[in-house]
Amino acid sequence: MLELVIFSALNGVLYGLLLFMLSSGLTLIFSMMGVLNFAHASFYMLGAYFAYTLGMYTGFWPALILAPLLVGALGALVERFGLRRVHANGHVAELLFTFGLAYVIDELVQMIWGTVAVAYREPSYMREPLFTLFGTDYSIFRGVVILISILMFIALWYLLKKTRVGMMIRAALTHGEMVGHLGHNVPRLFMGVFGFGCALAALAGVIGGPLLATEPGMAATLGPIVFVVVVVGGMGSLQGAFYASLLIGLLQTFFVAINASLADVFNALGANLDPYGEVGRISLATLAPMTPFILLVLILIFRPRGLMGELEP
Amino acid sequence: MLKSFFTLIAASLLLVGTASAAETVKLALIDPLTGPMAGAGQPALEHLKFEAKRINANGGIAGKQLEIVGLDNKVNPQESLIQLQKAIDGGIQYITQGNGSSVASALIGAVEKHNQRNPGKEVLYMNYAAVDPSFTNDRCSFWHFRFDANADMKMNALTTYIAENKDIKKVYLINQDYSFGHAVSDAARKMLAEKRPDIEIVGNDFHPLAKVKDFTPYISKIQSSGADAVISGNWGQDITLLVKAAAEFGLDAPFYTYYGASSGVVTQLGDKGVGRIYQINEYYGDFDDEEMAKRQVNMYKETGWDFYYLRLSTMLDMFKKAADKAGSTDPVAVAKAMEGMSLETPTGEVVMRAEDHQIQLPMFISVMQDDMKYGAEGTDYNFHKVARIDRDEVTLPTTCRMRRPK
Repeated sequence: MLELVIFSALNGVLYGLLLFMLSSGLTLIFSMMGVLNFAHASFYMLGAYFAYTLGMYTGFWPALILAPLLVGALGALVERFGLRRVHANGHVAELLFTFGLAYVIDELVQMIWGTVAVAYREPSYMREPLFTLFGTDYSIFRGVVILISILMFIALWYLLKKTRVGMMIRAALTHGEMVGHLGHNVPRLFMGVFGFGCALAALAGVIGGPLLATEPGMAATLGPIVFVVVVVGGMGSLQGAFYASLLIGLLQTFFVAINASLADVFNALGANLDPYGEVGRISLATLAPMTPFILLVLILIFRPRGLMGELEP
Repeated sequence: MLKSFFTLIAASLLLVGTASAAETVKLALIDPLTGPMAGAGQPALEHLKFEAKRINANGGIAGKQLEIVGLDNKVNPQESLIQLQKAIDGGIQYITQGNGSSVASALIGAVEKHNQRNPGKEVLYMNYAAVDPSFTNDRCSFWHFRFDANADMKMNALTTYIAENKDIKKVYLINQDYSFGHAVSDAARKMLAEKRPDIEIVGNDFHPLAKVKDFTPYISKIQSSGADAVISGNWGQDITLLVKAAAEFGLDAPFYTYYGASSGVVTQLGDKGVGRIYQINEYYGDFDDEEMAKRQVNMYKETGWDFYYLRLSTMLDMFKKAADKAGSTDPVAVAKAMEGMSLETPTGEVVMRAEDHQIQLPMFISVMQDDMKYGAEGTDYNFHKVARIDRDEVTLPTTCRMRRPK
């Protein structure tokens, strides 16, 4: 039992950190530019594919740095030559632009890398166990992923709170025009933030690719969950996104781990549900992949501004 | 939206472009060719094209050249019906599909309806892998022929093998949450209870089809249940990621699977899969038959995919034999000729049972091994035969009461 709790917690935290890496960029872009970037998960996918291709020439570690840089540059270009022009036509146009972009990237990935999963894997020495607990191995790679995620979190916090650029970004979040009047180049700041957000998504892709699977459907699978994270955390709140990511990661893993049916849960709460009925016999493990969306619905009903959000959506 | 629009244009161009060529008979493969399950559909398409060349070199189907048309259904029943309609509109009378009993169920219904309403323009559905037992039992159809052992037959063979291993005391079941996965789980529990009542089922999980990317929570659960063996009917990405997660966490329990040799497994697991992944299938990776070995080598060279689906070759050979015997490519005549037909294959004689259109064939249990003569996916690993279960041991009775056209 203890081993199940420990490993479920480790897995949940790992998945949560990966989600946070992905959603931090999205929430940053949203809070700054008011754009809900539908193509965000596509940049995550590009990160994984770029790292796969680069990794064949440079190895894993250089690819870990290069792929996010490349994707970040690509994101900046998209902002500079696409989004900025569309911006003049309002938010709906921007939304449609990123929506279309997601499809274009999807199709391009299939054209270049094929329709089936590519064999993108972590280096073989990282597949060795970091530690073995109750007969279960925990690979070095998973440890590395957790480490990278935490480092990224600290770096992001430092950048936003302690540097001059971070100060400008925070100021531009709420008083964009004022920052512009003070002589700062706000459009360039936007471009930078968009590129940086995409680079973060790509970093998640580089380490998420070997963990999950590098295939053309990977953006479509994670995309909706990332939006759930942003809404549950509160639109535009980085802290909220962090808590929401961990919450979703842990919920999903523990739902799988618990051996109980809906009837068990409801009857423990005093309801009277037939344990062999159509609804009552559904096991919690079966519900696990649905938990983010159940959470989304509950949050929208009971706390529409999200865990830490300040604005009504 | 955009994607289906493109495929629509591409497919219609394909249909228009080939309609003019005379003396061909077209077989449409309706399977996932993009998306997470493309790893199951793409090799089937390449396989069919590869084997069609051999059939055509040997005189074709009743003198006509066989042409394979791939239609992408994304494992979606609605999408499959659109693709079926497209095939019918293009004059195609033979379809094949394998991935997803949910899709097969929709296709059987649609073909049944179409044939009733359009006499003279019948469509014949050759199923190479959708193994929900009901298709050749209470839901059997004259227009449906199954060239793969159904889930119950496979479980029958698999549990016979597991029952002989006295070290196995606790079994964990993990399957996809739809009709097929439930059929596997039900059959496993029922048959293990008969053959080895002392075996305890320590887990029975269902997860959504093609949605789970991270199986680690399930692996932790299996690990803590103390299972000696895991049984899974998973296919496509769901089996690859499942056994990959198991290997990563050092789960020692062997996996007894339906599709453990699916594309990607060998590459993803490497050393960690050796001796751990078992598969029940109509063939194995030794290629101890000279002709089969030649096909494996050539197919891998030409297409980059391994020769994995012996049953697709059996299907095309039987299609040819039936059409040649009927002297026509009319689906009704071919279907009638195929009933009860037997065929010599590299593994022995197989028979298409007339009663329910379920093929009867010997099955094999194989386990992943290193240093194989013919490695899969360009590695040295492949699935080595450990047991043969004869045709009469695999077979199961049917409840089918088929309605035949007059």
